[in-house]
Amino acid sequence: MKTDSSYGQVIQLPKHRVSAAQAQVLPALTDMLCTTPADPAATGFLLSLLHQTGGPILWVQDHMSRRENGQLYTPSLPAFGISHPVLKVHVSRPRDVLWAMEEGAACAGLSAVIGEIHGAPAALDFTATKRLAMRAEASGVPVFILRSGDPGVLSAARARWRIMSLPSLTHSHDSKAPGTPQWDLDLFRARAQQPGRWVAKYDPNASRATDRLRLVSRADTGTMDASDQPVPDRSGG
Amino acid sequence: MRVISQYRTAPADDMPVVLTRSGTHGPVVHCMNATALARGVQTGARVVDAQAIHPDLHIEPADLDGDHALLARLVHWSRRWCPWTAQDGADGLFLDITGTAHLFGGEARMLRDIAQRFAMQGLTARIALAPTRGAAQALARYGPPHTICTSAQVVEHLANLSVQALRIDGDTNRLLTRLGLKTIGTLADIPRSALMRRFVNMPADRNPLVLLDRALGAAADPLNAPPDPTHFMARARLPEPVIDPIPHLKGLADDLCTTLAKAEQGARQLRLTIYRIDSEFRTVTVALALASRDPAHLQRLFDGKLENIDPGFGFDLLTLEATRVEPVLLIQERLDGKRDTQADVAGLLDRLTARLGRDKITWSDWTETHKPERVEGHVPALHTSPTPAPVLTRERPIRILKPVEEVRVIYAVPEGPPSQFRWRSVLYKTVRHAGPERIAPEWWMDRPGTRLHDYYKVEVQDGRRFWLYREGVLYDGRGDDPRWFLHGFFA
Repeated sequence: MKTDSSYGQVIQLPKHRVSAAQAQVLPALTDMLCTTPADPAATGFLLSLLHQTGGPILWVQDHMSRRENGQLYTPSLPAFGISHPVLKVHVSRPRDVLWAMEEGAACAGLSAVIGEIHGAPAALDFTATKRLAMRAEASGVPVFILRSGDPGVLSAARARWRIMSLPSLTHSHDSKAPGTPQWDLDLFRARAQQPGRWVAKYDPNASRATDRLRLVSRADTGTMDASDQPVPDRSGG
Repeated sequence: MRVISQYRTAPADDMPVVLTRSGTHGPVVHCMNATALARGVQTGARVVDAQAIHPDLHIEPADLDGDHALLARLVHWSRRWCPWTAQDGADGLFLDITGTAHLFGGEARMLRDIAQRFAMQGLTARIALAPTRGAAQALARYGPPHTICTSAQVVEHLANLSVQALRIDGDTNRLLTRLGLKTIGTLADIPRSALMRRFVNMPADRNPLVLLDRALGAAADPLNAPPDPTHFMARARLPEPVIDPIPHLKGLADDLCTTLAKAEQGARQLRLTIYRIDSEFRTVTVALALASRDPAHLQRLFDGKLENIDPGFGFDLLTLEATRVEPVLLIQERLDGKRDTQADVAGLLDRLTARLGRDKITWSDWTETHKPERVEGHVPALHTSPTPAPVLTRERPIRILKPVEEVRVIYAVPEGPPSQFRWRSVLYKTVRHAGPERIAPEWWMDRPGTRLHDYYKVEVQDGRRFWLYREGVLYDGRGDDPRWFLHGFFA
């Protein structure tokens, strides 16, 4: 330890701690497969993963997915705690979706790039996803691909999810009404963490932002493990 | 009149036409054609009064902004005769033709040329030539047409004109008329000391004595001509005709950006023109969200746009011009070495728009309405900035279908959602539901046949949550049995 001649001991600052924002690092490229048609569960899960502050979101959609799954209803984004402006790009061909996503993935001013592609077009091959993943890693912008009507072809995504809606919990005030939504999340390929299967509960009215999304591990038999704890952080993939 | 003729046939010359602008108590007459003038319609009179006297009056709103813009362009256009031109009020032009008249064959022929060229544009010009600005504008407005007045004739020409021709304001005009000083000649003959006492406190641009001195050439009255607009353009002349413009783009972009940097400007719109050897030309235009003079960025905007340009048998001249520029000061780089995120997003917008088209890249804009599908609209992102979304009071779906899709009800209960329905040929059973929420159009949008929408949030057996609505209710007298539609999906 060095000493200063006039003031005695030099104070050492505490070591660098990982801040909360850095703990929630999203993977560079995430695939989200919707197995049932027109299932908005993947959209909901994706929105609950996004950081709540930052620049605009680039949302690219091809014509087929817009017709099959509908379009994002931006006024309900604040319910997911998201107040970023959304730059919507509507193109007809999947090739243009991938091109726009590549441009967006290289742009550090965005907070996320989200692309929706329906079916498994030839343009969305391993090379295309690899290009996206490398650009996203270089710029630090998380990129998501929402695939619908896709059997799960080869992809270079750093985390791949298969997402489905589950029957919701009972509404606290009305037993006949749907309550807190639940999703079945199957992380079947991941680079940074163990694959697994969870049941996610999303409660937009939770008091703390970190409590909104709770993941409960689910055994392959379909029953829930009683000893499982909710995952505390929001690092989904 | 030019505006009218753009849209439909202009009224005949023998028809009285007035242009109107809004006054304090309703529209007033802004100006009129010769027939209306001959009938005695006065500028500034109320339109209803004029119409009461002349029921066949044809009335059109005046396009004041358009007139102003046209005049500003004519100022520069009229530099074909002389280098010093300026605007005079709302309806006049000054041309300082000192030393240029001989180029057009003398003053008289020059005036004829000016009148002809204005007539070719569909404009009637009253022209006068005089040694001072004041005298020229007075003679053009109040004197005989095509007057040419030399320095010696100024006093003589102005003597018979009304004092109004000096451009004095209404109060002064009334005062001078009351004093019996109706013409410029009588005003000039009065001993100055007597008038000086009365008008000593008036500002120079309204003081009749100062205006008189300027018109007669006794006081200096210089012309302040606006500078020519700078034209930012880079050219590449090629020794041999070529087919591919892409290799020359870098040099052009570098040249253009150097010119822009010297003037501290950035381009908002660019136009690349190729001049083909068969004397045709082709252009490609791109626009930018944020003014820029970064050659690499400007060059990238043309990616994929030049493949479709038709070079014919080749071209030997390329130009790259900045058709719209905005001032951009020198930009301070960030101290931490990171890039400016806002400029990044603007650059992304430019590239997306240049490649995919203006209407494909949109921000949301918001309408205050009950109808959920009309709340969100889309505006092209290039020329707008995002606005925050309105706060929702009710739960709304995360995705919506546009247009809505009809569902076939298999088994319905009288109150509440269908317990079984078919959508896209799949059968769904309702497990749980919430609702109804009745959404009606605003009363001013309501038509006699409009049916109300009763919305239900419906959970089906596999857990998906749909937003269904029933269009109308049974026996509401507005149509047949109500139909059911799927509007959206909840997360």
